Amino acid sequence: MESTVKGSLKTEEYFINMGPQHPATHGVLRLILTIDGEIIKNVEPDLGYIHRSIEKMCERDSYQQIVHLTDRMDYLSSHINNEAVCLVVEKALEIEVSDRVKVIRTIIGELTRIASHCLWWGVTGMDLGALTTYFYAFRDREMINDIFEETCGARLTMNYNIPGGLMFDIHPNFVKRTKEFIAHFKTKIPEYDRLLTGNVIFHKRTKGIGVLSKEDAISFGASGPVARGSGVSCDIRKIHSYSAYDRVDFNEALLTDGDCFARYNVRIQEMWESLSIIEQLIDNIPEGDIITPTKAVIKLPKGEYYQRVETARGELGVYVNSTGTKNPYRFKFRSPGLSNLSVINSLSKGSKIGDLVAIMSTIDIVVPDIDR
Amino acid sequence: MIKDIHNWLFSIMPEGVASITEMVLIATAYLILFAVAGLYLVYLERKVAAWFQLRLGPNRVGPFGLFQTMADALKLVSKELTSTDRIDKFLYNLAPYFVIIASLTALAVFPFSKQFQAFDINIGLFFLIAVSSMGVIGILLGGWSSNNKYALIGAMRSGVQTISYELSVGLSLLTMVLLTGSLQLSEIIEVQRTGGWLILQGHVPAVIAFMIFMIAGTAETNRAPFDLVEAESELGAGFHTEYSGMKFAYFFLAEFINMFIVASIAVVVFFGGWLSPFGITEGITWFPEVLWFLIKVLIIILLMMWFRWTFPRLRVDQLLTLEWKYLLPINLVNIVFMAIIIWLNWTI
Repeated sequence: MESTVKGSLKTEEYFINMGPQHPATHGVLRLILTIDGEIIKNVEPDLGYIHRSIEKMCERDSYQQIVHLTDRMDYLSSHINNEAVCLVVEKALEIEVSDRVKVIRTIIGELTRIASHCLWWGVTGMDLGALTTYFYAFRDREMINDIFEETCGARLTMNYNIPGGLMFDIHPNFVKRTKEFIAHFKTKIPEYDRLLTGNVIFHKRTKGIGVLSKEDAISFGASGPVARGSGVSCDIRKIHSYSAYDRVDFNEALLTDGDCFARYNVRIQEMWESLSIIEQLIDNIPEGDIITPTKAVIKLPKGEYYQRVETARGELGVYVNSTGTKNPYRFKFRSPGLSNLSVINSLSKGSKIGDLVAIMSTIDIVVPDIDR
Repeated sequence: MIKDIHNWLFSIMPEGVASITEMVLIATAYLILFAVAGLYLVYLERKVAAWFQLRLGPNRVGPFGLFQTMADALKLVSKELTSTDRIDKFLYNLAPYFVIIASLTALAVFPFSKQFQAFDINIGLFFLIAVSSMGVIGILLGGWSSNNKYALIGAMRSGVQTISYELSVGLSLLTMVLLTGSLQLSEIIEVQRTGGWLILQGHVPAVIAFMIFMIAGTAETNRAPFDLVEAESELGAGFHTEYSGMKFAYFFLAEFINMFIVASIAVVVFFGGWLSPFGITEGITWFPEVLWFLIKVLIIILLMMWFRWTFPRLRVDQLLTLEWKYLLPINLVNIVFMAIIIWLNWTI
């Protein structure tokens, strides 16, 4: 376990616990680091500190109830998680929801994505020592939260999607306030760029740090911005289009560098793309029913169903095995956070402690999503 | 008034006792002054940070929250001093005093105005650099003795950082000493009365020296973007992770007084100390010169706060690269240029 640094100076490796209570782990994630001085030899994530057995609880609950569990997983993209469960139930029951529902779901999903990326941007700055970013990001995220609060009543664990449609129609102010937000946020992303993206120190901290090769990204099953930063085209909105994504025109943010800066830029680009998606839809939300009625007790036909959606962090897969009763026999989430976290050891081996923080924040983990 | 007290003390006591009493009085006055100054720098930092971050900052305790930091200090004083198991008790308790004493001693030689200087020694600048760099010993002791790996990493980073950047601080000030020909702080200021501020006298090399001094000074005070010592996203609280109550307050206060020291050195050496700009209050005898000193110091401090709330943090190896590969060579070349300028008598 001993190594020699240039000649006779003997150094020894030691263990250090990063977390479960640590400012950089964004929740209760424990990383067991093996360090030689400042250089990281090994990173071992230790999970389970916030495990609530959501998948097991799903087997007990009815399908309407399951929806409300999912926003406790990745709490930053709760609408998209809800949508995933609703989509799989609708697929199984062969319900066709109205265009209005599809469009509203898409708009809400993209707003959620912007809110999530906003928070991520603030926290990334904070992890790298630029505390001001956090408050700038929260100013803008607050506007989205206000929009959500008006429409669905909650600000964090939001529930709006239900199997068959939406709980209620959008608030009369929704369109107006969303447009206000788009106009506001278009002036703010350049501000983000001025504050952080163009900073020389930030470039030094992120460029060439934590390089994830395309092959590794695929073999680790990384998805979302982490994989797209390495040049893996994996946007579920494009390749398995759902809701109203097939009727909007948007680009998949793809960069090939695979380093922290690429992952950062992918997310910044995604914010622009999300804005453009909302812009295309917000002016012509079609009229229609907001719900296609289902039976009070939903029983999925016997069989297996799978639905993929693109959350802010990557691909969320929902697998249902039904035996035809009112509860699923088996419910499984393929969460983006877990697969994305698995790359952390290969990325941070040989780098410094400061790099690990940069890598962790550009992987953008949400711990309840990893543990479920 | 000070003269009156001096005369009165000497009239009622024997000479030896009187001078000791006087020293104690002066020391107490300085202590109180700088405890308050430190606290208000904390207040200022919180307010400035709030302005940068779309917040209000402290605004509940007293008008505009002016008493907030006083209340914080009271809280810290009244807190129980807790420590962890298996610490090196002696060093652990010694460390905060090292840090605070190093900062307070440096204040002794500051020329706030012509009359307001505790003692004016002929190696003033040297004394300042020497004493203020002693603080790092306290940080190293604190990190080592508190039996915490994060604290140890923080302390080691601090040692590396301070020792490296000390060179740049010293050399950039040395560049200016070439101009003044004296290390005595009052004399450095006197030189600027006739010739203009040194940053103008010294042309380009002086400006470069100032920039290097600001970078190195920020690094020496462990402030962002060089706050690796207490990089909270990496190390929790760095070297003072295990400190609480008053001992923590010492570290905290010393940090802010150190910022004040760096800003003051910059003002004395580059911006004419207590001299008014262009001599606008030269003839006005009642005008307190100390005001100019404080205004200039505040401007420099605001600049340092601006750095802190705008820049991300450097990584430890990048920090050393910056010093050893860029600042130090530039500094050495700069000092030669300055010498040539003085040799050819090109100063203004």
